[in-house]
Amino acid sequence: MTTVFGVPIQALFSQLLVGLINGSFYALLSLGLAIIFGLLNVINFCHGALYMLGALVAFLMLEHLGIGYWPALIISPVVVGLLGMAIERTMLKRLQGLDPLYGLLLTFGLALVIQGVALNFFGVSGEPYDIPAQLTGGKNLGFMFLPNYRAWVVLASVLLCALTWFVTERTRLGSYLRAATENPVLVQAFGINVPRLITITYGLGVALAAFAGVMAAPIYRVSPLMGADLIIVVFAVVVIGGMGSILGSIVTGFGLGVIEGLTKVFYPEASNTVVFVIMALVLLAKPAGLFGRTA
Amino acid sequence: MRIASRLLALALPCLLSFGALAQGKVVKIGVLNDQSGLYADLGGQGSVTAAKMAAEEFGNKVAGMPIEVVFADHQNKPDVGSGIATKWIDVDGVDVIVDVPNSGVALAIAKIAADKNKVFIDSGAATSDLTGKACTPNTVHWTYDTWALANGTGKEVVKAGGDTWFFLTADYAFGKALERDTTAVVVANGGKVLGTVLHPLNTTDFSSFLLQAQASKAKIIGLANAGGDTINSIKAASEFGIVQGGQKLAGLLVFITDVHALGLKAANGLQLTSAFYWDRDDKTRAWAKKFAARFGGKMPSMVQAGVYAGVLHYLKAVQALKSDDDGKAVVAKMKALPTDDPAFGKGTIRADGRKIHPMYLYEVKKPSESKGPWDYYKLIKEIPADQAFRPLDKGECPLVTAAKK
Repeated sequence: MTTVFGVPIQALFSQLLVGLINGSFYALLSLGLAIIFGLLNVINFCHGALYMLGALVAFLMLEHLGIGYWPALIISPVVVGLLGMAIERTMLKRLQGLDPLYGLLLTFGLALVIQGVALNFFGVSGEPYDIPAQLTGGKNLGFMFLPNYRAWVVLASVLLCALTWFVTERTRLGSYLRAATENPVLVQAFGINVPRLITITYGLGVALAAFAGVMAAPIYRVSPLMGADLIIVVFAVVVIGGMGSILGSIVTGFGLGVIEGLTKVFYPEASNTVVFVIMALVLLAKPAGLFGRTA
Repeated sequence: MRIASRLLALALPCLLSFGALAQGKVVKIGVLNDQSGLYADLGGQGSVTAAKMAAEEFGNKVAGMPIEVVFADHQNKPDVGSGIATKWIDVDGVDVIVDVPNSGVALAIAKIAADKNKVFIDSGAATSDLTGKACTPNTVHWTYDTWALANGTGKEVVKAGGDTWFFLTADYAFGKALERDTTAVVVANGGKVLGTVLHPLNTTDFSSFLLQAQASKAKIIGLANAGGDTINSIKAASEFGIVQGGQKLAGLLVFITDVHALGLKAANGLQLTSAFYWDRDDKTRAWAKKFAARFGGKMPSMVQAGVYAGVLHYLKAVQALKSDDDGKAVVAKMKALPTDDPAFGKGTIRADGRKIHPMYLYEVKKPSESKGPWDYYKLIKEIPADQAFRPLDKGECPLVTAAKK
């Protein structure tokens, strides 16, 4: 068997694939963060809590209303997205034009509140959520056993990332968005309702997080801490990709997932820290991030 | 104004500590554990409730002194835990520190309790070093340890034909101790360890590590981790078809709260070693139901049961001595008195601080066998008290070796 640094090449392939799966979550979450930062200039620290809320809403719908995974995949992001819009309208809006630090503090506080309430009701261990019947089992790819559900996660997140990129870069709505990022006053002068645009954007970014939450629920479990465990890494992804860069967050999301996966083979002890080492290196060489524009 | 407030800030701690000294005659029990992280469900507030239940059995008063229970979150960080313990003892007048899951933190607290001559009753931590190399005259290790777990699950699995092992080990004191003790049992029973991967504490995705375990072709994948880490490993293993592929999982430390979070569908068939199960006999049932009634219907884990029993026995010793001032004397009394409580039955505490009681090997029920929530285990085997723990002379505890010379 061919080996690379003493690791069989087949094992390496499977690790690359597993890395890609984790990368899907990084990409989906950092994408939402990038969109929100791009337009609102808000560092949305409650992104992880809203991701958890997405999973929690799916779990509660299953427990109490008997609504399964597939409808939850649509309903939960809508519910959480609406909640996000309410947060934007009632709270974040008041911080517009202030230093981004204020938004960071507000959303950090919100994250603690949401997480604390969930902890109080569900405890840290969380609740199980089954994989939908259509996606149980898996395929033997020869070099590894790929669970169907994980294949679906990669597929769905690639599609969603592509869709988001398309909407922001190739449609009229996207062009408004980008224009409003550059110069909100001028865009408003052209008769576009910028405050509403901002609310919708925040809702969409948050809905992406909730979508990722529902997708994560069957893989992990629905636990109040699932967002907190992930959010720091996701922020590192956004920083490496370049704050506010959509393409950057997608590429680095998947890329870092893969790098983390490889670390788990060669030096597993460092798998929690490798992302931050890369972040430090990138910031030293390119302070605006890999895909960021230098102001 | 500013000067006045500064003066006040300076004076306040002095006043407070004076207050603590003046109190003196309060028996203060500090429950120090993980209140918010991956080990919060197996100990956490449940341990606080358990300690309070023990105090209430004494009418919240022992030898004329009122009993007070306080708690804090050590966040699984030895430095945070040490800070709290030092403040508790020096400023707040805490007499006994209980629970302390996370072996890393527990080893730090054991040292502080010994230096300051207070009592440390550990229930949540696993490392057998607490009554081995790191034993002190102030420590009692109540519920279980890595040696007992390895001796229970490890031995049984090897006997049933699982003679090649691959470990997923949590990368800190606990995981390493559990792996070390299990390896010894596996090798002693004619088995072989093919490999190990050390994963960071609190990992969400185990698929990578499980693929490495799969590639090793070992018959048994030993999970030398706990709490959320164990749950995530078992979930990922069922997803990646590890068990269908012919490999078996051995959960070396599984708590009932983990099984509850996993659901029987994912956990059934798992063998585990436990010191306590609520549905074992009439006494455990009666006590556990009292606990559940106060704790949102949740049954106690073995860690919470251990906190209850440990505090109860501590109070008995204080009552016998009529004083809680000398930590060493209290622990000596605890060792001299036989233990008796509804959760663990009759038992003793050995010279090295090890509490001795039977351990039980359980298997997780199939969903069809369970009558409802918390009806999760069936008994496979009782390991009698005299075989459940590491023999006294094998632990290298300085207290024991010094006594011999």
